Amino acid sequence: MRLMITKIISLNKDKMSIAKEQDVVPFRNRVKEYAIKIKMSLVNQTKLITAASELGRNMLRYANGGKVLIEIVSLGRQHGIRLTFDDQGPGIPDIQLAMNDGYSTGKSLGLGLPGAKRLVNEFEIKSELGVGTKVTITKWANG
Amino acid sequence: MDRIPILRMGQFLLVTIQVDLYDRLALELEADLVKMVSKTGAKGILIDISAVSIVDSFMGRIIGNIGVMSKLLDAETVVVGMQPAVAITLVELGLPLKGVYTALNVEKGMDLLKSKVQIIEDDEIDAANDNEDHLPE
Ligand SMILES: Nc1ncnc2c1ncn2[C@@H]1O[C@H](COP(=O)(O)OP(=O)(O)OP(=O)(O)O)[C@@H](O)[C@H]1O
Ligand SMILES: [Mg+2]
Repeated sequence: MRLMITKIISLNKDKMSIAKEQDVVPFRNRVKEYAIKIKMSLVNQTKLITAASELGRNMLRYANGGKVLIEIVSLGRQHGIRLTFDDQGPGIPDIQLAMNDGYSTGKSLGLGLPGAKRLVNEFEIKSELGVGTKVTITKWANG
Repeated sequence: MDRIPILRMGQFLLVTIQVDLYDRLALELEADLVKMVSKTGAKGILIDISAVSIVDSFMGRIIGNIGVMSKLLDAETVVVGMQPAVAITLVELGLPLKGVYTALNVEKGMDLLKSKVQIIEDDEIDAANDNEDHLPE
């Protein structure tokens, strides 16, 4: 059997639901605990948690909440945190547009999605109208 | 019900944020500060965020709003003690903290506020003097 050393392996995981505003701070704290476990640098922790906060808020605001999977992942000798935000909201009609700085249907700054993307190493977004939105981000401990 | 305390120091208001704020608390702080500025006629607001480890776009917008609204009431806002990791993150997030000044610590922030208020007072005195100069004899 051939070993795939480039495959991302999930080592440890946890699922949290974000249903109300007060869930955001405990969720951020849980992400921080995970980041500390893999000895992520303080700046990277701050970037990851800020991105997580943006995506968690979006879920609350536009999709009435959702669930987040928190995972410690490893790729070769690198460790990282992967967060998967999953909601059953209305979906995003035009993802490319939503990823633009300044685009907002909520009369806000439109920074959450593009900003979160800049703050992490990997960013993936999938959305289907009437079904929901799924955003996956990964931050490496030393990335 | 918890609330962030606002201290009055002469013509300035001082707020120390000790915890990561959840939204309602942040919104209340914004409203309380604006009310307090208009009630007391304070000339400056100093917000110490040295204990805050995360400033996301929501929190950033609240700080920006405080700056803009206090400006309308003729007061300046200075944010002090931002952690370096937070500052780096804000730049990458793309969040401009418009309308607020920043300083390294409370002491420097106070100096900055005092100098801002001083400049405004000097201008007013100059303007008053100018008027006198131009008074018809
Ligand atoms: N989970 C979601 N479900 C449905 N629509 C979403 C979701 N997340 C984002 N959107 C849409 O994408 C737009 C852009 O999101 P983004 O987070 O970049 O900006 P914002 O939330 O409007 O403003 P900010 O995050 O700066 O406060 C939103 O205005 C909204 O229309
Ligand atoms: Mg957003």
